[in-house]
Amino acid sequence: MRRLKLVRNIGLGIENLLLHKLRTFLTMLGVVFGVGSVVAMLSVGEGASKEALEQIRKVGSNNIIISSIKSVQEVSQATIHSHMSIYGLTYEDQFRISETFGHVKQVVPVKLVRKDARLGERNLELRIVGTTPAWFELLRRPVVAGRVLRAEDARDLAGVVVLTDFGARKLLAAENTIGQAVRIGGNFYEIIGIVKSEGGMAGSIQMPDEEIDAYIPIEVAKERYGDIILRITAGSNERELVELHKMVIEVDHIDNVESTAKGIEAMLKRFHKKDDYRISVPLALLQQAKATKRTFNIVLGSIAAISLLVGGIGIMNIMLASVTERTREIGIRRAIGAKRRQIISQFLIETVVLSTVGGFVGIGLGLFIPWLITKFAGMPTVVTADSVFLSVGISISVGIVFGLYPAVRAANVDPIIALRHE
Amino acid sequence: MINQADKNEDLVIRLEDVHKIYQMGDQQVNALAGVSTTFSAGGFCAIMGPSGSGKSTMLNLLGCLDRATRGRYILEGTDVSTLDDDALSELRLRHLGFIFQSFNLIPQLTVQRNIELPLYYLGWDSESSAERAVELADKVGLAERLNHRPTELSGGQMQRVAIARALANDPRILLADEPTGNLDTATGEQILQLLAELNEQGKTIIMVTHEPDIAMLARTRLHMRDGLIETIEED
Ligand SMILES: Nc1ncnc2c1ncn2[C@@H]1O[C@H](COP(=O)(O)OP(=O)(O)OP(=O)(O)O)[C@@H](O)[C@H]1O
Ligand SMILES: [Mg+2]
Repeated sequence: MRRLKLVRNIGLGIENLLLHKLRTFLTMLGVVFGVGSVVAMLSVGEGASKEALEQIRKVGSNNIIISSIKSVQEVSQATIHSHMSIYGLTYEDQFRISETFGHVKQVVPVKLVRKDARLGERNLELRIVGTTPAWFELLRRPVVAGRVLRAEDARDLAGVVVLTDFGARKLLAAENTIGQAVRIGGNFYEIIGIVKSEGGMAGSIQMPDEEIDAYIPIEVAKERYGDIILRITAGSNERELVELHKMVIEVDHIDNVESTAKGIEAMLKRFHKKDDYRISVPLALLQQAKATKRTFNIVLGSIAAISLLVGGIGIMNIMLASVTERTREIGIRRAIGAKRRQIISQFLIETVVLSTVGGFVGIGLGLFIPWLITKFAGMPTVVTADSVFLSVGISISVGIVFGLYPAVRAANVDPIIALRHE
Repeated sequence: MINQADKNEDLVIRLEDVHKIYQMGDQQVNALAGVSTTFSAGGFCAIMGPSGSGKSTMLNLLGCLDRATRGRYILEGTDVSTLDDDALSELRLRHLGFIFQSFNLIPQLTVQRNIELPLYYLGWDSESSAERAVELADKVGLAERLNHRPTELSGGQMQRVAIARALANDPRILLADEPTGNLDTATGEQILQLLAELNEQGKTIIMVTHEPDIAMLARTRLHMRDGLIETIEED
């Protein structure tokens, strides 16, 4: 019975709003844009953080990645005359890290060499990644065909290689090419498996793997390529001695990642005279991503809130005008026996209907804008159910908050004066 | 609702030394300066008097639209002077019907919806309200105009709608402030005829009017001057 009455009152409110279609439409626009911007902005924030999380998941949130880098000083010296640059991570570092830190589960060493590969008619420059089987454990890339490296491969110094799906495609190596030989540099390798690659750079995070990777046992890399790389550039041939190009360190628990990274940094600082390494902690990026999302939400949320506020004030303004315009009607209703609260609910229902309908249209807009952003700006966006519910809640609240004052004003009109009102 | 405690069934309304004082800046206007009178059930009373004598003020008071500054107002055994706003609204809704000089219909509502208005506040469902509206429109001779807007009607027709609306809640008392004031003589007479009929059917009618001709149709005439009742004439 009461519910039926509410439905009827809402119907009457809608009828009244439809008497002034243009005015109602214009008043509603404020809420439409307000709610639309709330949904759209939250979706941008959500999209950004989801993408960051996705990237971090690919790197592994329990991992710490250390890369060797050539210091600036080294670079300038090298260009002057033929010179041997010695820099980067060492076997010693690997040993120390795995021995010193209790929370380090394993350290995966990586040696990198760039070589041309040849399979049949096809050529491709590959990045040879000399590493241990644990690499595949840490990065969890799906195996497309064959198998990944095994301990026996290292023990036997087997000339085996795991290609990425990208590399395999480029070299026209199909699944049935497992077991086939590929020539990389001057050596032949048997293709034992193909894994999926997430590729070099994803957003702000440098992935440890690249599309053109070819994984071989690190012992084989050491034996076949040594530690010294000769680079022939215009005018000078430059030699570099780098023992390890990367280390991927797995920490036992996510809570220990930060402290372990700090410990490693302190230790490397002690043993390296030059600043020739870079530590990257995906987890820190995760936290940064979360902080960014929060800032994003606060800033964008405030802008959206302001536009909602403006929308609300618009509603209030129109409702106040409407109360004045309908003073006589209010007087008539009161004379007939309407109670104050019935007048309040009449006006309040109108504003809430207005703002709620505006809210729903706004949600439509809030779904459309992110779609446009993703389509044309390529930015990831995610509209969550939460943000939609939030918007419905907000728009109803806007109606109540900004409708209450005009409604109370209406109810407090003196019926006698109202009846004389022209 | 019949009040059993009220022994004098004939007395619907009793005013005891009622004052209504308006404060205009530092000036006081005594719109009612101590009125004491009674109106009996089933009566037809015309309130007369020069402009500014307090007729409308008294009618608004009787209609529970306003409150006396001082004095007591007993309506069907209830002391109205002590009631709060909601209770006064309730009284208007259930026991009183208003007819105004300027009709006071809601322009955006159809004739039917205007007539149904009191029923809406009484909580009637739409079917019974519609039924009653049709019945009342028929009674005031406007059965064909139910879906018209007030602006499409003549003054006389608008006043008929107003009367139908005033009757919707089946009130014991009808209050009319110059119901013929905006109508030509012939139409005014028809409206008055309608009121006289309603009075015969048992409604207590209190009507403010300037015109002696109109007042002659009432059974009691109450003359006011300067916020006081001067004389009461009865047929
Ligand atoms: N809201 C008000 N504020 C101040 N004074 C008022 C108010 N309403 C009425 N008055 C004064 O009270 C007195 C009585 O007014 P009222 O409207 O009752 O007169 P009336 O007899 O109905 O006159 P008329 O025949 O012109 O309608 C007048 O002097 C009027 O100026
Ligand atoms: Mg008057």
